[in-house]
Amino acid sequence: MCKHICFYMCLNNYKGVVDFMPDNKEKYAKLQEAIAKHKGERGAVMPVLQEAQNIFGYVPQDVQEMIADGLGTTLSEVYGVATFYSQFSLEAKGENVIGVCLGTACYVKGSQKIMDELSKVLEVEVGRTTKDGKFTLNATRCLGACGLAPVMMINEEVYGRLTPDQVPGIIAKYRA
Amino acid sequence: MDFYRSQVLVCGGTGCTSSGSAKLIERFEAQIAEKGLDKEVKVVRTGCFGLCEAGPVVIIYPEGTFYSRVKEEDVDEIVGEHLLKGRKVQRLVYVDHKTHESSVQKSLNEVGFYKQQMRVALRNCGVIDPENIDEYIAFDGYQALAKALTEMTPEQVIDEVLKSGLRGRGGAGFPTGKKWQFARASQAEHKYFVCNADEGDPGAFMDRSLLEGDPHAILEAMAIGGYAIGADEGWIYVRAEYPIAVKRLEKAIEQAHEYGLLGKNIFGTDFSFDIHIRLGAGAFVCGEETALMASIEGKRGEPRPKPPFPAVKGLFESPTNINNVETLGNIPQIILKGADWFRSIGTERSTGTKVFALGGKINNTGLVEIPMGTPLRTIIEDIGGGIPNGKKFKAVQTGGPSGGCIPASLLDIPVEYDTLTSVGAMMGSGGMIVLDEDNCMVDIARFFLDFTVDESCGKCTPCRIGTRRMLEILERIVNGKGEEGDIEKLENLAENIKNSALCGLGQTAPNPVLSTIKFFRDEYEAHIREKRCPAHHCQALLNYEITDACRGCTLCARNCPVNAISGTVKQKHVIDTTKCIKCGQCMTNCKFNAIIKN
Repeated sequence: MCKHICFYMCLNNYKGVVDFMPDNKEKYAKLQEAIAKHKGERGAVMPVLQEAQNIFGYVPQDVQEMIADGLGTTLSEVYGVATFYSQFSLEAKGENVIGVCLGTACYVKGSQKIMDELSKVLEVEVGRTTKDGKFTLNATRCLGACGLAPVMMINEEVYGRLTPDQVPGIIAKYRA
Repeated sequence: MDFYRSQVLVCGGTGCTSSGSAKLIERFEAQIAEKGLDKEVKVVRTGCFGLCEAGPVVIIYPEGTFYSRVKEEDVDEIVGEHLLKGRKVQRLVYVDHKTHESSVQKSLNEVGFYKQQMRVALRNCGVIDPENIDEYIAFDGYQALAKALTEMTPEQVIDEVLKSGLRGRGGAGFPTGKKWQFARASQAEHKYFVCNADEGDPGAFMDRSLLEGDPHAILEAMAIGGYAIGADEGWIYVRAEYPIAVKRLEKAIEQAHEYGLLGKNIFGTDFSFDIHIRLGAGAFVCGEETALMASIEGKRGEPRPKPPFPAVKGLFESPTNINNVETLGNIPQIILKGADWFRSIGTERSTGTKVFALGGKINNTGLVEIPMGTPLRTIIEDIGGGIPNGKKFKAVQTGGPSGGCIPASLLDIPVEYDTLTSVGAMMGSGGMIVLDEDNCMVDIARFFLDFTVDESCGKCTPCRIGTRRMLEILERIVNGKGEEGDIEKLENLAENIKNSALCGLGQTAPNPVLSTIKFFRDEYEAHIREKRCPAHHCQALLNYEITDACRGCTLCARNCPVNAISGTVKQKHVIDTTKCIKCGQCMTNCKFNAIIKN
């Protein structure tokens, strides 16, 4: 374990422990591969963090430590980058990640109402995960699908030209 | 090359892909094969056609038939009728919103949406298969690079760009040729040429469409620029949220290498150039050039003071030139057709064309490319097809979080850099969001401030704290707690932030507030003094009322979360406004439109 841990335990919502379980071995091996691939490259912290985010779905502290050690930089550097960009999450996400576009085109066509309805149906605040771990509700920046406004994404699936009354039906599909 | 009697072009841009065009392509291919037409008809996945509103879009050549909102189950009919029997499927042919004319007899260029457009940067989008370098080459691709490398000196290339009058399409409008001159003048062993594809303005997606629809044009332009300034390495910084664009760029770079159009000794000259891709990670401020370079270096994307300018000390401490995607999209054409041709389009101080992403309350949402100087009215009414549902036009927002709102009274101004700036808006990257009578201007200002507060990197105080103070005041106003003097406070803060913020993000952040105050001061005053939202948008300022159309079905009373509605069955109900929390549930549930808000 890295020496910085006590300090960051306080700062960080530490949830990394479960990831040491054996079924995650493969994920850690993948992370090591990614580190080896980018090692020595200029500005390697970001691409490695991006791969880590894809592998784990978030970047817990032990992953950040591994990246820092692997790339020969400090944990504070990696933590600084991980917290600066919205793509990196320090907490585990739900099984299904919902992103409601709050770009201008969607906003003026009522995406806030879609967001409110989702928040109501899922009983969860924006940016949080439901208690059962099934859904994370996020606001996203413009997805560039302004022609279909208002738009939301559930995982990779895009839902366009939405109205609030369609929300419960769509969510039900993912609950099943 | 094989010859086909017919080509089916299916839009593979983000908008159409989101509405299911990938499945259409599969179905077309399967159906065409089943009917034994696969030697005669070719299916091509192209870039964006622009008219996203009508997506997924399918165009069949040589007729140029324009099918809109095509569903998977429509494919069999199109193949069976159009491709096999030569009869157009009338019910799927695009109908013009404004004229209600079907485009059955017309070709694509005669449709209202396209008629007044002129495509320079987007010329290949929706025309070629972006994943096939041969198609790009067949449309004069890489000829400009060949001309630059074999017939022109770097100085001549810069001179041509300078003479063309091309200005940066990313927002600020700085002359591109000048930028190249500065970078050329810097002496160093290594120089970099960077393409800024961190398109962050909400509601602007032209860079995305260009990268998706014509990636080779950007690579070619970067190589030309690299040659001009003396760079041997290029970087494209692109948003991670644009997976299709990233994939096509990677593929394009690979193909260009195979053909020797990137790499060592291009066209047998001693010029070598290579391009790398770096993905952004969701930070709006990285569109600012110094922040972008910090991000490529793998650091937090915080801007730094200028000077030194990137042309002197940029990426990895070396001289660097940074251009936006759309700016680069014009370069090959300028080199091929010459500066005079480019100057002949547009106006004296704004030459060429500009791509706008038309969105919001407008019939034809999508991408439009128009000569500079086109009146705003033409874009909204003729190309955009006007406002849907018979609503009244209120304003158009340009320039995203850095721009402003232009009211109806100024609709006849020409769209060019200086005119837009003079009315308090800006060209920006080209987002154009149309607002109608239902949109509250105070809320729009609040929306943009909310965005800037969230995206402020926190490095300088005016932006970090100043924008937050502005947002607090705006939130107060839309929640009915505005006070006399709030408008003046906003103006005062705005001036200070504009003058003292470190980078472009902070300096322009107050613009949406200032321009809405300038043109819609009465709406601010109505919120503050009368606690009234003229657009009936701000929930906290609304009063719900039940009209005589009420049949007494009790549905509203049963759905009211705070039991604010009373009444007996078959009798008109009443809302107790002191209890009402203005959630709008009653209105949503009423089947007789008997509930109004005012």
